[in-house]
Amino acid sequence: MPLLTQQIQDEDDQYSLVASLDNVRNLSTILKHATCLATKNGIKVTVENAKWTLTAFRMCYQGYGYPLMLFLEEGGVVTVCKINTQEPEETLDFDFCSTSVINKIILQSEGLHEAFSELDMKSEVLQITMSPDKPYFRLSTFGNAGSSHLDYPKDSDLMEAFHCNQTQVNRYKISLLKPSTKALVLSCKVSIRTDNRDFPSLQYMIRNEDGQICFVEYYCCPDEEVPESES
Amino acid sequence: MKFRAKITGKGCLELFIHVSCTVARLAKVCVLRVRPDSLCFSPAGFHGLREAGLWCEVRRGAFQQFRMEGVSEDLDEIHLELTAEHLSRAARSAAGACSLKLQLTHRRRPCLTVAVELASSLGRARSVVHELPVQVLPRGAWRACLPPSLRAADASIYLPRWRTLRSIVERMANVGDHVLVEANLRGRMTLSMETEVVSIKSYFKNLGNPPESAGAPPNGDLESMVQVRVDNRKLLQFLEGQQINPTVALCNIWDNSLLQLVLVQEDVSLQYFIPAL
Repeated sequence: MPLLTQQIQDEDDQYSLVASLDNVRNLSTILKHATCLATKNGIKVTVENAKWTLTAFRMCYQGYGYPLMLFLEEGGVVTVCKINTQEPEETLDFDFCSTSVINKIILQSEGLHEAFSELDMKSEVLQITMSPDKPYFRLSTFGNAGSSHLDYPKDSDLMEAFHCNQTQVNRYKISLLKPSTKALVLSCKVSIRTDNRDFPSLQYMIRNEDGQICFVEYYCCPDEEVPESES
Repeated sequence: MKFRAKITGKGCLELFIHVSCTVARLAKVCVLRVRPDSLCFSPAGFHGLREAGLWCEVRRGAFQQFRMEGVSEDLDEIHLELTAEHLSRAARSAAGACSLKLQLTHRRRPCLTVAVELASSLGRARSVVHELPVQVLPRGAWRACLPPSLRAADASIYLPRWRTLRSIVERMANVGDHVLVEANLRGRMTLSMETEVVSIKSYFKNLGNPPESAGAPPNGDLESMVQVRVDNRKLLQFLEGQQINPTVALCNIWDNSLLQLVLVQEDVSLQYFIPAL
C-alpha cells in the first residue's frame, strides 16, 4: 500500500504524523479497532478485531491527548472524522522468532480460498499438519457430520516453497483463525510457519492496484488439548 | 362518487410503483385524495408536524385515462383511507405489466380495485385483480390530509448526488441516531453528527440554490448556515430505495425546526417533512 509518511511543511507542521492513501479499500476491509504504530517506514496497524470504502484517505495525529483525524474525499465531498483516542493496551507479543521456525511453506492463496470458505464451522478446531512425509500439508476439521481432510502435496503447482523438517500436527480454534480469511482473500501468497512451541505465523502478501506490496501477519495460540494420533 | 384511471406507459408505471412503495415504507395507513387533476397520498392521522410525514402527488398527466366525480360539484374530491402496504403490493405485481387500472368500486364495502394486465411470454394476456378495502373519509376529516402550509424556508438548496448522500447518511446511522443538516444560500451544505467517541462531518459545496428561494436568512447573511437536527433513521428511510432520477431534488430548512426534502420527476412530486429533534 502506498502510504506516504512525509514531512509536509506548510499546513501539517502541527501534526506528528501525516499519511495519505490513494485507495483505502484494502485498508478498510481489515481495519476495525486498531492500534497504530508510526515508524519511519510507514504506519503499522495492529488489529485486535470499518467500512469507509472511499477513495482518498488521509490520517493525521497531533500527539498525545489529541483525537485521531481522518480526512476522506469522494466525488468532491470531503468528510472529516475525529476519533477520540484511548490509552493503548499492551498488544500481545507472541514472541515468534524466525530462528526457531521448524516448518515453513509458502502457498498461492487461491489454493486456500476455497478450503477456508468451505471449512466446517461446526468443528471447533482446525488441525494443521505439516510434515516432510505424506500428507505434507493437511487441513482437517472435525464436525458433527464427520471429519474432513484437505491435502496439499509438496509438489503441487500451488506450493511455492516447502521446507518441513519435522512432522507437526497442531490444532487451532477455528474462531481464532476465521478473521484471517479476510486477509487471505486479498492476498496472492501466504506463508505458514510453525515454531518449536507449535505457534503458527501466517503471513499474507497483498499486492494492490498500483503493484505495491504489503504484508499482514497473523498470530494465535495453539489449542491446548493434545491431538489424537491421526489414523 | 366515481373514480377510474389507467396507466399504460412503462415509465409512468414504474413511477407509480415507486411512489406506492415509498408511501408504504413511510406510513402504515395513508389517505388517497382523488382530485380532478391529480392523485395525492398523505399520511393518515397526521397531527401536525411533530412527526415525519410524506406527501406525494401524481398528476393527471401520468395517466392515460383519468375520470373522477367527487362527493358533490363544490366538493369535487374523494378521500379514501387505506393500508399503504396493500397498495404497494398490488402495484408491485404490475412490474413489467402492460397496464394498471385503478377504480373505486363497491364489493359489499368500498374498495379500490387495482387491475393489472400482464402479457405472458406465451403471448396470452393475464390479468391480476386486487380488491383493496378502503374507508371513505367524511368531509370533516379532509382538512387534516393537506400538506402543511408554512412560511418561506430559511434556506433552500439543491441536494447533492443521491447515492453519495445516501451512503453518507447510512454510515452516520451506523454510529448514531441523529444528524445535523446545515445549508446556506451559497450552495454549501454539511451533514454532521457526534457521539462521545467520534465526530463526523461531511462538506458539500457548489450545490446551487433554487432561484425561488427568496427567503432571507435570519440575519441577512447569505453565508450563514441554517441548521436543523433530525432523526437519522427517518432521513435514511426516505433516502433508501429511491431509484428514480428526479429532475428536481432539493431541501428546505427552517432553522432549528424543520427539514423538508422535495423530489420532482415528470408528473410525480414527493415531499417529506422531518421535524427537528
